[in-house]
Amino acid sequence: MAQSAEQVLDHVELFRDPEYQQMLAKKKLFENPRDPAEVERIKEWTKTAEYREKNFAREALAVNPAKACQPLGAVFASVGFERTLPFVHGSQGCVAYYRSHLSRHFKEPSSCVSSSMTEDAAVFGGLNNMTDGLANSYNMYKPKMIAVSTTCMAEVIGDDLNAFIKTSKEKGSVPADFDVPFAHTPAFVGSHVTGYDNALKGILEHFWDGKAGTAPKLERKPNGSINIIGGFDGYTVGNLRETKRILELMGIQHTVLADNSEVFDTPTDGEFRMYEGGTTLEDAANAIHAKATISMQQWCTEKTLAFVAEHGQDVVSFNYPVGLSATDDLIVALSRISGKEIPEQLARERGRLVDAIADSSAHVHGKKFAIYGDPDLCYGLAAFLLELGAEPIHVLSTNGNKAWEEKMQALLASSPFGQGCQVYPGRDLWHMRSLLFTEPVDFLIGNTYGKYLERDTGTPLIRIGFPIFDRHHHHRSPVWGYQGGLNVLVKILDKIFDEIDKKTNVLGKTDYSFDIIR
Amino acid sequence: MSLATTQSIAETRARNKELIEEVLKVYPEKTAKRRAKHLNVHQAGKSDCGVKSNIKSIPGVMTIRGCAYAGSKGVVWGPIKDMVHISHGPVGCGQYSWGSRRNYYVGTTGIDSFVTLQFTSDFQEKDIVFGGDKKLDKILDEIQELFPLNNGITIQSECPIGLIGDDIEAVSRAKSKEYGGKTIVPVRCEGFRGVSQSLGHHIANDAVRDWIFGHLEGDGKPKFEPTPYDVAIIGDYNIGGDAWSSRILLEEMGLRVIAQWSGDGSLAELEATPKAKLNILHCYRSMNYISRHMEEKFGIPWCEYNFFGPSKIAESLRRIAGYFDDKIKEGAERVIEKYQPLVDAVIAKYRPRLKGKTVMLYVGGLRPRHVIGAYEDLGMEVIGTGYEFGHNDDYQRTAQHYVKDSTLIYDDVNGYEFERFVEKLKPDLVGSGIKEKYVFQKMGVPFRQMHSWDYSGPYHGYDGFAIFARDMDMAVNSPVWKKTKAPWKEASSAKLQAAE
Repeated sequence: MAQSAEQVLDHVELFRDPEYQQMLAKKKLFENPRDPAEVERIKEWTKTAEYREKNFAREALAVNPAKACQPLGAVFASVGFERTLPFVHGSQGCVAYYRSHLSRHFKEPSSCVSSSMTEDAAVFGGLNNMTDGLANSYNMYKPKMIAVSTTCMAEVIGDDLNAFIKTSKEKGSVPADFDVPFAHTPAFVGSHVTGYDNALKGILEHFWDGKAGTAPKLERKPNGSINIIGGFDGYTVGNLRETKRILELMGIQHTVLADNSEVFDTPTDGEFRMYEGGTTLEDAANAIHAKATISMQQWCTEKTLAFVAEHGQDVVSFNYPVGLSATDDLIVALSRISGKEIPEQLARERGRLVDAIADSSAHVHGKKFAIYGDPDLCYGLAAFLLELGAEPIHVLSTNGNKAWEEKMQALLASSPFGQGCQVYPGRDLWHMRSLLFTEPVDFLIGNTYGKYLERDTGTPLIRIGFPIFDRHHHHRSPVWGYQGGLNVLVKILDKIFDEIDKKTNVLGKTDYSFDIIR
Repeated sequence: MSLATTQSIAETRARNKELIEEVLKVYPEKTAKRRAKHLNVHQAGKSDCGVKSNIKSIPGVMTIRGCAYAGSKGVVWGPIKDMVHISHGPVGCGQYSWGSRRNYYVGTTGIDSFVTLQFTSDFQEKDIVFGGDKKLDKILDEIQELFPLNNGITIQSECPIGLIGDDIEAVSRAKSKEYGGKTIVPVRCEGFRGVSQSLGHHIANDAVRDWIFGHLEGDGKPKFEPTPYDVAIIGDYNIGGDAWSSRILLEEMGLRVIAQWSGDGSLAELEATPKAKLNILHCYRSMNYISRHMEEKFGIPWCEYNFFGPSKIAESLRRIAGYFDDKIKEGAERVIEKYQPLVDAVIAKYRPRLKGKTVMLYVGGLRPRHVIGAYEDLGMEVIGTGYEFGHNDDYQRTAQHYVKDSTLIYDDVNGYEFERFVEKLKPDLVGSGIKEKYVFQKMGVPFRQMHSWDYSGPYHGYDGFAIFARDMDMAVNSPVWKKTKAPWKEASSAKLQAAE
């Protein structure tokens, strides 16, 4: 017996005990297991070019896709507004999943309600669920706004949110002038980034275009302010705070739309804050008057930006600005649009990032990388690798489309370090597995699920993306801006040095190269 | 710190009743009436807890419940390791449930074991419009080609499948025939069915009955010689290795475990279970259906057991042994005796640190009662509990065997109610899920996830009890809980209190 009160062993150690190992070996008899030689043969076969070809010929099955569904993005965007409760119309299990998913990443509460539709609602429609649900949420959670989106169930049966909300208000669920913006967010179209886009557009449309016919449309009176949209981002806490710091340094009047940087980072001080921070509803309405709207993630805001542009604003989009050039472009654009000078402090910060790159680039230069994640994240990281002299080899985005592919290819074509890189839109992590076996790279950049690829292929994983479940607190630090670029650089370097140490730490065999100074 | 320990039963009862009344005030009238039936103060001697259960959740209240798909794919089927489980429909359901339950298993993942892979048909708009049966047909071919060592496939329906009229049963039958009788199991666990995960358990059990037991061939399975001591573990999902730290005790007492349902389980084990002499049932809620079926169809008796905490473990070992001869009865005594020094040492170490501490629970369909004994073994007191998806038979078991007089009972509790209850009762520990964890920690209340063991475990068996005790101690007695107030604010609030 290995267990003891003095040194309590949990699952990490307990089952390595011989008693457990013998027990598990005996259990095999009942499992009708495959011949170990056959398992070994198939395992090796999955590493081959032949398997890769069959794997890439898949037309119907997705295995380990790197994307989630629309309503997750809608919930993420909605909580970025002042005292806003996301309300997802449809089956209730979905909401349990979104809340769990966000809490596992941010290690924070995630508040959201469902209209809990069941079989009867599938037959008769979910109007009663909407009516009762809005009334209950309004009374219990005292929100200032309820932002409605949909699960695929409500979409398949064709529930009409606009009509349902109108009827619910007539029945007195919430006051007539209470803000209930909405967005249809079918899970079978796009991904969580699409849901973010739809929800944000729904909220702006509500405030700018007459609150679903219940108020006059706002008339735009241009001012000097700039709107900022972060997009769906696992680093929203660190990134939005960093973005605001830069804007404040430059003295630019601004509104961050869907600012969820506070609600996903509340203190532990004895009080649970269901709502915290967020774009005020007044600011959301007044955002129509801004001079321009800047999106930090093009593929998260395609519809939103088109909507904003229709209202007469300049719109500019970036692709997850990580690193030197992307931050340069952002800051120059901010200066150009606002007419504000770029302060010396930002030049200093830039210089420090250049300094860090110069100090360390020898260790990154020429290293080969695979990247997967949301389309903008992939673009931003690939761009940064190119300027470090590293070589992206595989860039894969399950929710990337043809337009993304073309833009990625243009980026890669612009650098001598991008020549060996292939772009894979619409592919999943089982495809990535084949790529890593048949065309190995030095490092993989991706989310927590990349650890399965790391285990299978031996490619060291650098965790950048969403979700990150198995490492804590990284979302609190920015990856955008010069400071964020430095954080990403350090993360990459740490892994590179750790790997060299791992390869050179065998006493009596590789005492050389196990260096104290690098 | 707890209020409960300083009060009489009558005072506690009055306080809890008042608390329920207070909480109900927030609701519109109709909702208050409905919720009132789910909240109660337990009265000793009653046959159940006096609450309604297994009823639809009320829209908009922030229920903590999930859905039938979560009950089938997430709980019952997902852990069967040598089968591929397809999340059939849009991408989200499979994504959010990917690897998150920690159903441990041994196998070569991606080659002969598939628990931590996310297989999905990733429905697009065209699949909704034209139906997904052709796509499913192709998916089954692609799985056969790319994962040739899978021993079977299940199709876990997401909401749209039942709404668009797909015939997944027909596809399953046709493909099974095409692949020479391969086990392909269609499961109608669409998320909108039923009121919680619970119906998903039932549907999943029925799918085993119809598509596994219903297709058993007389080909000599199982491929082992039966013994009089063959048992099957039913309703243990091997979270953090729970089934393993249970199995080891059963084998030490002389029984032979021929199947695990479903943690670290395999298709062969499911198929072999009708040969068992006794089915021992841990999670009654999720697997009583198949146990009853096996009793009726194959004449296999079943007995419930509880492997949380030494008191219940010993009681359970003796109960299980009661179905067998003296050899096994002696074996049970031998096991209890063998682990007694460990139990004594664990209690000696942790009980002084935990004695008198109060706990509030809110978990799924088993643990709201099953873990109470383990807390009591450590001198802790459970002052409130409730089920996410329990039925009345769960509340009966709770009332008759577990909870004390005046315990606060809350069925299908929601965010609002749970926060108010904890705020007022001020327990020393809350045990619930990931959605609740950070809410209560922000409030300064120690918390352990009691679905996932907060990424620890196992908690079952004697080995597990040591971990359980360690974890509860590290939660309750973490130094961080003394630091939630900034010193300058702490001083000012103490002054305010003094002034009052």
